[in-house]
Amino acid sequence: MLVTLPILVPLVASAACLALWGRARVQQVFAVLTTVCMVGVAVALLNRVWADGPQTAALGGWAAPFGITLIADLLGAVMVLLTAIVGLAVAVFSIGGTTPARAAHGHAALVLAMLGAISGAFVSGDLFNIYVWFELMLLSSFVLLTLGGERAQLEGAIKYVTLNLLSSMVFLAGVGLVYASTGTLNLADLALRLDALDDPRRATALAAPLLVAFAIKAAAFPLFFWLPASYHTPPPVVSALFAGLLTKVGVYSLIRVTTLVFDQERALIADAVLITAGLTMLSGVLGAMSQNDVRRILSFHIVSQIGYMLMGLGIALHATARGDAGAPTETAVLALAGAVFYIIHHIVVKTNLFLIAGAIQAERGTGDLDRLGGMVRTHPFLAGLFLFSALSLAGIPVLSGFWAKVVLVRAGLEAGTYLIVGVSLAVSLLTLFSMMKIWTRAFWGEPAKTNVPPPGAAWTRLGPIVGLASVTLAIAIGAPWVFDFAVRAAETALDPTAYIEAVLPGRMQPGGEP
Amino acid sequence: MLMLSASVGVLFAAGAYMLMRRSLVKLVVGLVLLGQAANLLIYVASGPLRGRPPLVEPGAESPPTPHSDPLASALVLTAIVISFGIASYTIVLIKRAFQDVGTDDLNEYTTTDC
Repeated sequence: MLVTLPILVPLVASAACLALWGRARVQQVFAVLTTVCMVGVAVALLNRVWADGPQTAALGGWAAPFGITLIADLLGAVMVLLTAIVGLAVAVFSIGGTTPARAAHGHAALVLAMLGAISGAFVSGDLFNIYVWFELMLLSSFVLLTLGGERAQLEGAIKYVTLNLLSSMVFLAGVGLVYASTGTLNLADLALRLDALDDPRRATALAAPLLVAFAIKAAAFPLFFWLPASYHTPPPVVSALFAGLLTKVGVYSLIRVTTLVFDQERALIADAVLITAGLTMLSGVLGAMSQNDVRRILSFHIVSQIGYMLMGLGIALHATARGDAGAPTETAVLALAGAVFYIIHHIVVKTNLFLIAGAIQAERGTGDLDRLGGMVRTHPFLAGLFLFSALSLAGIPVLSGFWAKVVLVRAGLEAGTYLIVGVSLAVSLLTLFSMMKIWTRAFWGEPAKTNVPPPGAAWTRLGPIVGLASVTLAIAIGAPWVFDFAVRAAETALDPTAYIEAVLPGRMQPGGEP
Repeated sequence: MLMLSASVGVLFAAGAYMLMRRSLVKLVVGLVLLGQAANLLIYVASGPLRGRPPLVEPGAESPPTPHSDPLASALVLTAIVISFGIASYTIVLIKRAFQDVGTDDLNEYTTTDC
């Protein structure tokens, strides 16, 4: 029952916002209250999953594998929590960060609908159901992206819409083929039936369209251009929401299907994921170096950091492929734990950096580095928050990104995948360079002349930024606990016995045969 | 069946071809075609049987075997509804974009690129 709430709360609230049409301020306050509820629900869910194992719910009372199953394991539950935290920060920032016209045209309702769809994708245990959540998430994001209808928004949206729809179609075709081959769409049932099929080539062929579709959603190389072309065009608060969550849904889905369902030919998939990861990191960071706008730089860095998450997944698959009988080796657990740690850290820090970009834009009216400068004198507090978040992102020792990268690099060395480790370290250095570029040009130097009227309600901007920065600090200070958590999440993801047992009780015989 | 399977291929090919044209309208046509291709693929791949609907005869407990798989039709129905909504959104989007940018040549849509 608890597992349905992360979807129900925001979706019902979104419908309620539509009922409050015309009263923008009420909607915004209502959205904040809703996201507070979501955080509460997510914490309760995570607590329950930590104590009792995966939680399931069969929608409509139809037992798995016939009905639609919702399931939250540790990985899913922590993603739901992060969604709620980002949602809360964005809902508060929206109060001062949206124009009255935008707020009057359903901004709050769309944000809530999107949060519900994202939570749905994280707790869904059914392939077609995941497709439906993806579409709901995309539709909300399309409207959020284009609301206001400026030329840049429309141009960016065309690229965003085209590539995301292309990926949806590939996903849908993949779902059709999987159903035709196995007669089920329930992920746990699918895992058992594909193993029973005993035809690894066919399983991998079925996996291919799904993996391609998720990789496009995750903005992995080569089809990532929709992201940097569109993320800097909507209001900063929308960018922050997209930057924190959308691509991570793709990464989460990749982790889910490769570890749970398509684990027949891990070596092959591992190579594909590792190559993609390396190229994604490099193209993202090199793209960022040529940019001159705060949000454009940050957008390209999303791409490069998706590479780190894929690197963790790739090493984990690589290491299990070598292990006997596919049992999760210590290296594999370490690598996937690194990816989970990285995702947790990345969602918080990235959202925060985009919110800071939004605060800069509110103060100075632009994100163009050529027209910024000297903000360390005029806004020392904001400058401090940026420096902290940027250094966390780049992975300066003792900050949160450092621990995530240490785990990934160690796993990579243990698994013997030296090339990807080398690439990741080089990319890390270039990330630091990019962050320092923003720092020196936006915050140091002579204060640029500005004729932007001082924006009111600073607390709605600084509040969420300080809040997310404290979460980042907590991840850094509590790194050992976060790491223990990530290890346990990785263990349950890599050994899907508990997941399958929770969905289909009694179907998992000792020895893994259905 | 052969006809249906062949049309899936033709639809995918036509959709991909239209996506690669420079015109904004053809882009949307391409996306719609790809959606139809995916829907038809789900339906064909589920192996529908001519004249064997999954209907329970009066007095019987279950539909006659063999019968067509109803779930595939349900999936396609859901997907059609979603693609309808998305197609209408996309059409409004290209109309607004055409009004603002003043051309339907995609090569002119470069101001937000790097």
